[in-house]
Amino acid sequence: MSVKQEDYQQHISARFNTELEELRNHMLEMGGKVEDQLKSALDALMKLDSGDAEQVVGQDAEVNKMEMAIDDECATIIARRQPTASDLRLVIAIIKVNTDLERIGDEAAKVAKQVVRLAESGNSPSNFIEIRHIGNRVAQMLREALDAFARLDVEQAVKVVQSDAEVDKEYGSAMRSLVTFMMEDHRAIGTVLDEMWALRSLERIGDHVCNIAEHLVYLVRGRDVRHGRLEAMEESRG
Amino acid sequence: MNTMTATMDGATDNQRESDTAEKAPLDIRDHGDVGDYETIGEPFVDNAKMSARTVNVHYGDKQAIKDVSLDIGENEVIAMIGPSGCGKSTFLRTLNRMNDIIPGCRVEGEITLDNEDIYAGNQDTVLLRARVGMVFQKPNPFPKSIYENVAYGPRIHGLAHTKAEMDGIVEKSLQRAGLFEEVKDQLDKPGTGLSGGQQQRLCIARAIAVSPEVILMDEPCSALDPIATARIEELIDELREKYTIAIVTHSMQQAARVSQRTAYFHLGKLIEVGETKEIFTNPRHQLTENYITGRFG
Repeated sequence: MSVKQEDYQQHISARFNTELEELRNHMLEMGGKVEDQLKSALDALMKLDSGDAEQVVGQDAEVNKMEMAIDDECATIIARRQPTASDLRLVIAIIKVNTDLERIGDEAAKVAKQVVRLAESGNSPSNFIEIRHIGNRVAQMLREALDAFARLDVEQAVKVVQSDAEVDKEYGSAMRSLVTFMMEDHRAIGTVLDEMWALRSLERIGDHVCNIAEHLVYLVRGRDVRHGRLEAMEESRG
Repeated sequence: MNTMTATMDGATDNQRESDTAEKAPLDIRDHGDVGDYETIGEPFVDNAKMSARTVNVHYGDKQAIKDVSLDIGENEVIAMIGPSGCGKSTFLRTLNRMNDIIPGCRVEGEITLDNEDIYAGNQDTVLLRARVGMVFQKPNPFPKSIYENVAYGPRIHGLAHTKAEMDGIVEKSLQRAGLFEEVKDQLDKPGTGLSGGQQQRLCIARAIAVSPEVILMDEPCSALDPIATARIEELIDELREKYTIAIVTHSMQQAARVSQRTAYFHLGKLIEVGETKEIFTNPRHQLTENYITGRFG
């Protein structure tokens, strides 16, 4: 049984409809917040603005609060409603997405912390080309995954997972090119290392976004497509 | 008993089973119709203890069960769920011919126990009901002592030849029903003096005293508090080792807790049947989904 948007309006208990709808909205709201956090971190990097970067780090507390509130909401729904079938899958998926979003927030804050360090040490020989490129891709993936979640769109979720495979490849080659910078100029090692940490965080964000897309497939189709089962994921489009 | 008013198309013989595959799936918005349909999931198992094939039940001119084919596997607990009037209790009752006593009730199709037709002309229903026991919604002990409640069945079936043998059967049955420790010093007291949960366990002891092979339970916990319910559910789990159990329940959580397979009935049709875990996490039919998630059907 695939899940459709209108399914959340059809419970005999109107209050239950509202609770599930609110839960979904809160999750998407948190997604929006995390998306902002990531974009701001990337902007701060472009401008090498440590003030803006500090703000991103500060936003993390808010995201953490949202994470706890959503977990609490899920626990309440399980205790009071004993959800089954697609409702159960919605609650389970949101519990998991919630964790991934919070981690994305953490990683965005880590990027921002590297920006503060990079701003102190001045420009890098790489001009942050790799970070910019991967950062933008990952931010786009996050937006697409959240859109897919809002629209219960499995097709889009599959695309997100496919993009992550490309991001992983690009991450590998970006790391190799940063290593060449270090070999060419040992004075740049410190800066390039900071850049590598930021890059690593962005790559992790890609993985978390990928998880979100997989949780969506579970929610809509009831199939577990995690752990490299891209084929299973592609099959679930049908 | 709610029944349906739609007409039959006449074909009720066992040939129908062979052409179920070609039938169009049930229209999910179809509520009053008793037309052809196809059960989703796995109604058949390899180790069937009882098998129903193309069973149709009518009360007078109202049809209560439409073309239900379902196996009940040995040593499994199968839960039957569905809204009131869906035919789940009627179906359960066909399994030990409890419907025979209802005037105007007509059962068509084939139901077998260990591959023997229980509706065959030479079938002794008293013997059948000893092999396929039943526990009802309301505990209904006889107005006799606890001992006599349990001893009654073995006595009429001649299962004990001496007092000591009978004592043994009574004690063992009460023990299996998890009641012995609570009542061992008051076996001569009336069964009706026990609490609701104890009475229900007494009825289970009474059912298992005649060594049945299958136990049918029709909402056995609906009159019990959560603690008594938990005891009965625990008992069901233990009994599964020796018996095959079919349970009708209105509590979805109970079905989810006690059964290995779940069958969903709707307006006399067996809509979907499958592993309980699958039915409750990822049902395939919209009607099943609607029912277990509490949506408008």
